[in-house]
Amino acid sequence: MELIFERSKPGRYNQMIPDLDVPEVAIPEAFKRESELHLPEVSQPDISRHYTELAKQAHGVNDGFYPLGSCTMKYNPKINDEMAALPGFANLHPLQPLDTIQGALEVFTESEKLLGEITGMDHMTFQPAAGAHGEFTALLMFKAYHESRKDSKRHKIIVPDSAHGTNPASASMVGFEIVNVPSDEAGCVDLEALKAVVGEDTAGLMLTNPNTVGIFDKNITEITKIIHDAGGLNYYDGANLNPIMGVVRPGDMGFDIVHLNIHKTFSTPHGGGGPGCGPIGCKAFLKEFLPKFYPVATEKGVEFTTPSQTIGSVKGFYGHFLVLVRALTYILYLGKEGIPEAAHNAVLNANYMKHHLEDLYEVPYGGICMHEFVMSVEKIKKDTGVSALDVAKSILEHEMHPPTMYFPMIVPEALMVEPTETESKETLDEAIKVYRQIYEDAYKQPEKVHAAPANTPIRRVDEVGAARNPKIRYEFS
Amino acid sequence: MAFPKELKYTADHEWVKLSEDGKTATIGLTNYAQEQLGDIVFIDLPEEGDDIEIEDSFADVESVKSVSEVYSPVTGEISKVNEDLDDAPEKVNEAPYEAWIVEITNISEITDELLDAEGYEKLVEEEA
Repeated sequence: MELIFERSKPGRYNQMIPDLDVPEVAIPEAFKRESELHLPEVSQPDISRHYTELAKQAHGVNDGFYPLGSCTMKYNPKINDEMAALPGFANLHPLQPLDTIQGALEVFTESEKLLGEITGMDHMTFQPAAGAHGEFTALLMFKAYHESRKDSKRHKIIVPDSAHGTNPASASMVGFEIVNVPSDEAGCVDLEALKAVVGEDTAGLMLTNPNTVGIFDKNITEITKIIHDAGGLNYYDGANLNPIMGVVRPGDMGFDIVHLNIHKTFSTPHGGGGPGCGPIGCKAFLKEFLPKFYPVATEKGVEFTTPSQTIGSVKGFYGHFLVLVRALTYILYLGKEGIPEAAHNAVLNANYMKHHLEDLYEVPYGGICMHEFVMSVEKIKKDTGVSALDVAKSILEHEMHPPTMYFPMIVPEALMVEPTETESKETLDEAIKVYRQIYEDAYKQPEKVHAAPANTPIRRVDEVGAARNPKIRYEFS
Repeated sequence: MAFPKELKYTADHEWVKLSEDGKTATIGLTNYAQEQLGDIVFIDLPEEGDDIEIEDSFADVESVKSVSEVYSPVTGEISKVNEDLDDAPEKVNEAPYEAWIVEITNISEITDELLDAEGYEKLVEEEA
C-alpha cells in the first residue's frame, strides 16, 4: 500500500488541525528549525482512506478470534470508551486546581479500593505507564525497603525459568542480579531448587501464578514463605490475573507487591491502541515507599500526598488517567458476581479448546489448565517439517490471529493459546476445526502449510531482513 | 548432523577448540544451536581484553525467536572477537563451525563438564 507521504501532493490540504488558541511565543533563534517540516500534504479523504487501508491489513479483536497467549486479548466493552469520553474526564488538565477535579480524583481512590480488594493489597499507585514500568517501580520499592532496614546485602532477584522476559529485564534495570530457578516436571517452581538459591542476598522473588504454562502453582504459599523466611519480598506479576480475579487473591498467597496489566485483565486498549496503565498495589508496610502523588481521601476531599520514604516520581503527573477510567468502568459494570464469572469462563474456554486439541497437539504440561495452555509442535515438526511458525501462518488464512509462538522457552516449538472469556462456543469450535485441519494438512500436504498464508495482503514477512536492516522512517527525496 | 571430532562441546551447545597447551580456546555455537535458534539477526559481542570466568555470559545472540546468552566454559581473558559477526551474524547460521565468536587466552581454569564429539552427539539426540 501507499505510505501517507506517497499520497502527498503539493498544495493539497485539510482543515483538521485546530486553530491556535494560546498566545504565540517567539522561539529563540538558536532553536528555530531552518528547513521546512516534512508534513504530508493530504486531504481529509486521503487520511481517512489511509487509515482504513492500514486497518484492513491488521487483525484486531474487532475482526475476529485473537487467542494470543499471555496477552489476554479479551473484547473491550464500548461502554469503557463512552465513560472515558465524558467531557468531565476527557477535557481535564493535570495542572487544574484539585478542588475542580474531585470527581476525577475519586476514580483513583475508588480504583484503589476495588483493585485492592481483587488483589488483596492495601495501597496502590497509578503512576506506572504499563506493566513492565510497574515491575520496575515495584523493584525500586523492594530496594528502598531493604535499604531502609540497613540491609544492604540483598542484591539478587529470583525468577523462574518460565518467567516473562520483562521480569529479569526490570530487575536488571534496577541493578539486581538475576537468579534463575528451574521448573519441575509439572511446570511449577521446583521447591528444592528454590531453597538452594535463597539466602541473605535474596532481595525478592518475581512470579506469576498461574504460571506461563497456564498451571496454578499449588505450592504458592510455601514458595512465598521460603522467600519471606530468607528475608526477601514477593512480587506478583499480574500478567496472568485474568483466571483468578475475584476467585483468589495474590495478597493471600503471600505476595507483597503486585502489578496489574490493566490492558489485559480489565479490558483497556492494548499496544498501539493507546497508552497503557500498570498500577502496582502493595501491602501496608510498603506504603511509605510508594511513588509521589499518592491519592488519599481526606475530609476536605481527595489530595495527592508524598509518602515519607518515597522512591520519587516514576512518571509525569498521576498516570494515564483515561485508561484507568476504562478499567474502573469495566469493574463496576461486571460487579462482584461478574468479575469471578469472567475468570471462570476464561478457564472454561481454555480447557474446552485444550480438550479438543490435545489428542493431536502435544500438551507437555497437562491436566486442568487455567486461562491458557501451551502446545508443542515438536513431534509434528519431526514427522512433517511443519513448525510452530508454519502452523501460526496457516491460522492467518482463516481470519484468526495465531497463538503466541516460541514462548515460554521451556517448551520447544511452543504455541500458547489463550481464548479469553469473551469468545462464544461457536468461535472456539471454529478455531478447533481450523487447528485440526492444519494438523491434517501438515501430514498430507505439508507444502501447503509451508506456503501459508495464501490469502493475506502480505504473505510471509521477511522477519530477518526487518530485524537486520530495519527501515523505520520515510526517506525523503 | 556434523559433530567435528577435533572439537570439545558444552551442554549449552557451544563448541570449544583448545590450543595444544590448553591456554587458548576458540568458542562458537554448534550446528544444533543455530538450528534451534533460527535465523540470527544480531550478536552482542564482548570487548577484547575483558576478563571472564567460567559460566559468565560473554555474548547475547538474538534470533527471530529469542535472545540467548553465551556462557564461557573457561576462565581467562578475551583476546580476539570475531567482529565480522557485527555485520554478518548470519554466518553463524551458514557455517557454525567456522563462525567463531571469541578467542579466550591465559586460561587458568576449564570447566570439567566439556564433552567430546561422541558425548555431545548423544546429548543432542536426547534433546531432539
